[in-house]
Amino acid sequence: MDERDPRAELRDLEKGLERARQGRLAASPRGRGGLGHGYQSGLALAFRIGLELVIAVVVGVGIGWAFDRWLGTRPWGMILFFFLGVATGMVNVYRAISGMGMAIGYKQRGGTPPQGVGYDDEDDD
Amino acid sequence: MAVSKENPLNQFLIDRIVPIHIGGVDASFTNSALLMIIAAGLITLLIVGATWRAALVPGRLQSISEMLYEFIAKMIDDNVGHEGLRYFPFIFTLFMFILFGNLLGMIPYSFTFTSHIIVTFGMSIVIFVGVTFIGLWRHGLHFLKLFVPHGVPIGLLAVVVPIEVLSYFIRPMTLSIRLFANMMAGHTMLAIFAGFVAPLGAFYLVPGLLPIALDVALIFLELLVAVLQAYVFAILTTLYLAEAIHLH
Repeated sequence: MDERDPRAELRDLEKGLERARQGRLAASPRGRGGLGHGYQSGLALAFRIGLELVIAVVVGVGIGWAFDRWLGTRPWGMILFFFLGVATGMVNVYRAISGMGMAIGYKQRGGTPPQGVGYDDEDDD
Repeated sequence: MAVSKENPLNQFLIDRIVPIHIGGVDASFTNSALLMIIAAGLITLLIVGATWRAALVPGRLQSISEMLYEFIAKMIDDNVGHEGLRYFPFIFTLFMFILFGNLLGMIPYSFTFTSHIIVTFGMSIVIFVGVTFIGLWRHGLHFLKLFVPHGVPIGLLAVVVPIEVLSYFIRPMTLSIRLFANMMAGHTMLAIFAGFVAPLGAFYLVPGLLPIALDVALIFLELLVAVLQAYVFAILTTLYLAEAIHLH
């Protein structure tokens, strides 16, 4: 066993792996997808969106009911949160089927996959 | 599956195999716990057995585990990017546990622990809390910008922000209910059709065969659903993680 720096060995291995990966990615038709475009088969997507609408409404009504109990504002909280729930459900379904993932506050990104740096702060602080 | 006179929901009953009560808390060893241990044991066996004598040219077992590894690694790499691989062990474990739970449930007379909402909700609340903490830890209060989409007029924010907040907080619900409802519905359906076999078969042989044929077809569907739901659970976890890390 040679007592060479194991980190250097790992780095070599990493480089080799990266090269192999690049070769394979170039060969694959899809290449490297962006956010949420990775492995989305249509079927998986279909299984995902089924509940989105219902749950949002149910949870919305639940929250509204809790607010009403807490603040004694029956029925207004429930009404407000019901419509909020419906809107949320629709937004979520829309996002899911337009391939945006289920991202909250999704902003269209320019096709580049997220890499390296933690987060891309584009226009402000 | 259930016998004709049985309730199709009986298959979801929890049996206390070894009753344990500690200070008023029911901590019994149940059939659910047993299946979870079997699932964890099989996963460990598969992975350890595959890497025990790792060869350059993989054998069958090694091939399977390498494919599973690469599947999840690629999923994380595609959706989160390189730094998401730090969370690979968690997502891999999650995927394997759900996959094995779903598939073991397909064995007749066994038990599907993923058909209990407390199990799936436990997993999804851990993900939800964990992802929120990762986001807050990486971005501090910037994380809250998640709820304020870019390019929305100020006037609309009063509507959009509550929607975003609500759709963030329903995540543990959608994640857990999707898995639990799919598993429970599928298994109930199988049991109901199985329950038709004897009454119809007693009437005449041929109509008795129809529900059997349907059940056979449904079992294939359920196998598909079992794999797909594990995949959906895992990919949604990676998507949530991607959001906490990149904060688009």
